[in-house]
Amino acid sequence: MAGPGSNHAPGPGSWRGILVPLLLPTWAMIGIFLLLPVLLMAVYSFLTKEFRGGVEWEFSLAAYDQFFLNRGLFGDEPPTLEWTYITVFARSIAQAAGATALCLLIGFPTAWFIATRPASSRGIWLFLITVPYWVNLLIRTVSLRFLIRENGPLNDALMGVGLISEPLQIINTNMAVQLGLFYSYLPFMVLPIYAAVERYSFAYSEAAADLYANRWVTLREIVLPIVRPGIVAGCILVFIPSLGAFLAPNLLGGAKNFMIGSLIEEQFKKSLGNWPFGAAVSMILMTLVLIVLFVQARAATRQEVR
Amino acid sequence: MALRNVRHYPGFLAMTVACLVILYAPLLVVMAYSFNDSTSITNWGGVSLRWYTDVFTGPEAPRFKAAAWNSLTIAVIAATSATAIATAAALAMLRAGGFKGRSLTYALINLPLMVPEIVIAVASLIFFSMVGLTPGYLTILIAHITFCIPFAYLPIAARLQGIDGSFEQAARDLYASRAQSFFLILLPLMMPGVVSGYLLAFIISLDDFIITNFVKGAGMETLPTAIYGSVKQGIKPNIMAISTLMLGVSILFVTLSYLINRKGQKSL
Repeated sequence: MAGPGSNHAPGPGSWRGILVPLLLPTWAMIGIFLLLPVLLMAVYSFLTKEFRGGVEWEFSLAAYDQFFLNRGLFGDEPPTLEWTYITVFARSIAQAAGATALCLLIGFPTAWFIATRPASSRGIWLFLITVPYWVNLLIRTVSLRFLIRENGPLNDALMGVGLISEPLQIINTNMAVQLGLFYSYLPFMVLPIYAAVERYSFAYSEAAADLYANRWVTLREIVLPIVRPGIVAGCILVFIPSLGAFLAPNLLGGAKNFMIGSLIEEQFKKSLGNWPFGAAVSMILMTLVLIVLFVQARAATRQEVR
Repeated sequence: MALRNVRHYPGFLAMTVACLVILYAPLLVVMAYSFNDSTSITNWGGVSLRWYTDVFTGPEAPRFKAAAWNSLTIAVIAATSATAIATAAALAMLRAGGFKGRSLTYALINLPLMVPEIVIAVASLIFFSMVGLTPGYLTILIAHITFCIPFAYLPIAARLQGIDGSFEQAARDLYASRAQSFFLILLPLMMPGVVSGYLLAFIISLDDFIITNFVKGAGMETLPTAIYGSVKQGIKPNIMAISTLMLGVSILFVTLSYLINRKGQKSL
């Protein structure tokens, strides 16, 4: 709305005077209770482990050494690369990538379908997609486990219809974890793609159709390159929380399929734990996430420059 | 004019329906089984409310009641604090012109969204143990207020951005004090955003498991940690009744937030 007063700058005079008091609570809460703890965690990853959990204040690289290097059972052999924890990371990356692909495969058509509805009914479609996201994540994950467990309703139904004769083993597989992650983060894929498709000018598609391009060629050559920023944003928003997820791998994946989240949690259990190691694994996870975000931000700026 | 409808792709409707089925099927199944009159979770024994009675009066009732009370009070205090903090921050970020450290503050507000949840959990545990705060109600509360701030901030800032500065200007020109122009003019206009932010923060707090699990300490439970504890030994029917109750609360809140937002958009 361009009212008569809209050329007044929105009153810097009125709030500028108390800028610091307005921002102090935010600075204090997030600065003291999040930024400072993360820095402290970085310090902890370089300390010496104490046996009852906790740390001794003595500089040590033991945590990172344990993560990357194998020095034999007694620690006296020449170091070789330690695969145990790298494998956990590789598995987590693969699971998160699988979940992202699943979200894209189902999320793109869904986002497209919603964005091409009449403006009046889009809201209700988006609402339907986002409602499950607001249901408690633990409850959603438990519900999924209940549905797909070996003698659960899904197998009952499939056997009842006669599609299968023996129960499918879905629970405690990679597939179950990916399904759980898909279930956890799907709206993060749909919403940015929806926003991109909504801005897309269908005149391009019409021009392509007039030039005898079929639907799928148009989708690949015209639509996908234009809505790509939305797709990339969606993939990042699903991939990152999936990477550090705890509930889906823990409740759906079984002992063999555990991911970074469970590895970290293990380190902080009483008496069995190793705090510096847990802090180091968290640091490595956070570094990975920051790299993904940084690469994406760089790519996005480059696209804008072009 | 194109020869065909370029918006239409065959199969996309089917995918959307499949998407909704995957999203809702587990919830509907658990809802249905919560009314199952049978101690086994596999067999159907007819419709009854026995597991709802069990939740409120059964052997685990005191534990769940305490957990529910903790969850609820923490969510109310965390959402209220986060909303107040975020409202103040939004005024500074959007109504005070440019200032030094503005983009740094913006990054700080969004920090809880950038750092993986499990990392926030670890960092909080380390911090609380170092400063000597015993894990319990207070540590959960502090952690919740902190990570709720960006969730409250986003809808509040979005709303404030859409409000023309001339309203406050007019009030100030007519000699309203800063407080008067805020409480009588700006806050009522911001209300839909503030309410949305509050509800969002409330649900996020109620939803949290990972961070709470790290900073709660022994003997202290919120609903998600209590449910997780039970589920580790297998899904029992009373868990399905609790889940259905919580599901109802979440859906009620989201629907409220959606309706308030829609009404708010019409009023601007």
